[in-house]
Amino acid sequence: MQTEVIMAGFGGQGVITAGYLLAQAALAEEREVTWLPSYGPEMRGGTANCTVVVGDEPIGSPLVSAPKVAVVMNRPSLEKFAPKLKPGGLLVVDSCLIPIRSDRTDIREFRIRADDLAVSAGSRKGANLAMLGALLGILPLVSRETAEKIIGKHFAKKPQFIESNLQAFLLGFEQAKAGKSDE
Amino acid sequence: MAKVLMKGNEAIGEAAIRAGCRNFFGYPITPQSEVPEYLSRRFPEVGGTYVQAESEVAAINMLYGGAGVGKRVLTTSSSPGISLMSEGISYIAACELPVVLVNIVRGGPGLGGILPAQSDYHQATRGIGHGDFRLLVLAPASVQEAVNLIYEAFDLADRYRNPVLILGDGMIGQMMEPVEFPPMRPLDSLPEKPWAATGMKDRPQNVINSLYLNEHELNAHNFKLKAKYDQVAREQVRFETWRCDGDLDVLVVAFGTMARIVKTALADFNAAGGRGGVFRPITLWPYPHEQLRETARRAKKVLVIEMNTGQMIDDVRMALGPDREVGFFGRTGGVVPTPDDVLAAIGEVTGKGAAR
Repeated sequence: MQTEVIMAGFGGQGVITAGYLLAQAALAEEREVTWLPSYGPEMRGGTANCTVVVGDEPIGSPLVSAPKVAVVMNRPSLEKFAPKLKPGGLLVVDSCLIPIRSDRTDIREFRIRADDLAVSAGSRKGANLAMLGALLGILPLVSRETAEKIIGKHFAKKPQFIESNLQAFLLGFEQAKAGKSDE
Repeated sequence: MAKVLMKGNEAIGEAAIRAGCRNFFGYPITPQSEVPEYLSRRFPEVGGTYVQAESEVAAINMLYGGAGVGKRVLTTSSSPGISLMSEGISYIAACELPVVLVNIVRGGPGLGGILPAQSDYHQATRGIGHGDFRLLVLAPASVQEAVNLIYEAFDLADRYRNPVLILGDGMIGQMMEPVEFPPMRPLDSLPEKPWAATGMKDRPQNVINSLYLNEHELNAHNFKLKAKYDQVAREQVRFETWRCDGDLDVLVVAFGTMARIVKTALADFNAAGGRGGVFRPITLWPYPHEQLRETARRAKKVLVIEMNTGQMIDDVRMALGPDREVGFFGRTGGVVPTPDDVLAAIGEVTGKGAAR
């Protein structure tokens, strides 16, 4: 059993970091995992994404045609990855930034105002972690405790950012766990 | 030691340190620049020497010198950079010096692109530079395998006194996977190199030179090298077979990361009632011709899949002979075939589709 997650958005939103933290948490729980970034000739303001595959068996392709999950933080990413999702897949959308919905009826679309949550947690930069929290609130690929431990470790050298990031993660996690999708 | 999550390029750098390498000469090029970046940070901690040369030509000649004085030396580059190094590699092979080279292949020809490709197969396995020589060529399919092969590559280079090339692609370099490192080799445990040019003192002179103006001497030198390559071919063939038991509808031959993508596609093909396996050469030179021939006997169809227009297929044809039909599917220039693409190609060859 494996789960493929694509995290996508503008460069600078932290989608690569969010995917990296998910991969670190998966390793901490002794799962099999691969993390593959897009590394094309990216430009400032362009889109970035990474693919994380988490499983219990050694992972074959780190590259995924049809992911089970897409976590999107800008409109081009929704337009690109929503059509590729497996039927029954999960789309997590930052609805502060993406006004449109996917037209898929065979997937679950969870919309969350991640930017707003991050601002209320202390820093808009934590929106990526609100999105990661939302993903894990719906699909417990790794436990909340493991993710929090990894986030704390990641920001260990910049302790002033730990609290706001953990709080953003938690707000996303709890809203998703409660199943409250925004418009 | 616990596993850590690491990018392929950085893991390659750490594996070289573990293997006792303290000398890196190179020039940055995407998609392998994290190797020099990592080593420029790590070498000062372990007493290593990191030199960013002014060009790949300079770097390979620094390797020539470093190996000549008996040091474990490494360079890493990507396709156009390796082409620039090819003259120096020929000199190094001629002088029978142990060096480890890494090519994290990007799309070509020419300046090409920066995305993953396997289009340097011919270059890697057919000698790379001028003259009658071979490289040992190892192709990892995971970050862990890259680490294990790099660690061993230095020993292989020393044992055979020959350059060893690790052929990866942009995916191996850029991907992160959990990896466990082998222990740090104590530097005083590294093999003695009595042939090295270390200052003659009271021993006979050691000469490192590739110029032989006497044709008979050069002829003899070439046959000495040939005997060494024959020995390597007897001793070092490596490969992996995956789901190759019993009779097969299709045997897919693929190397490096491409083989992983094939495994994912074949898992679906097999779940839908097909019988497919993978033959993955780990040494691209020496190539496992006989082992492939044996495995292919039980397969109705043989399909080669590469990220190029068909290069390893030459070795597959050599292994299987002219009477055996060999299918091919490939994409180039940084277009990485997805599991769906591979499944479609398998469906075409076998006449058995499998829905994903």
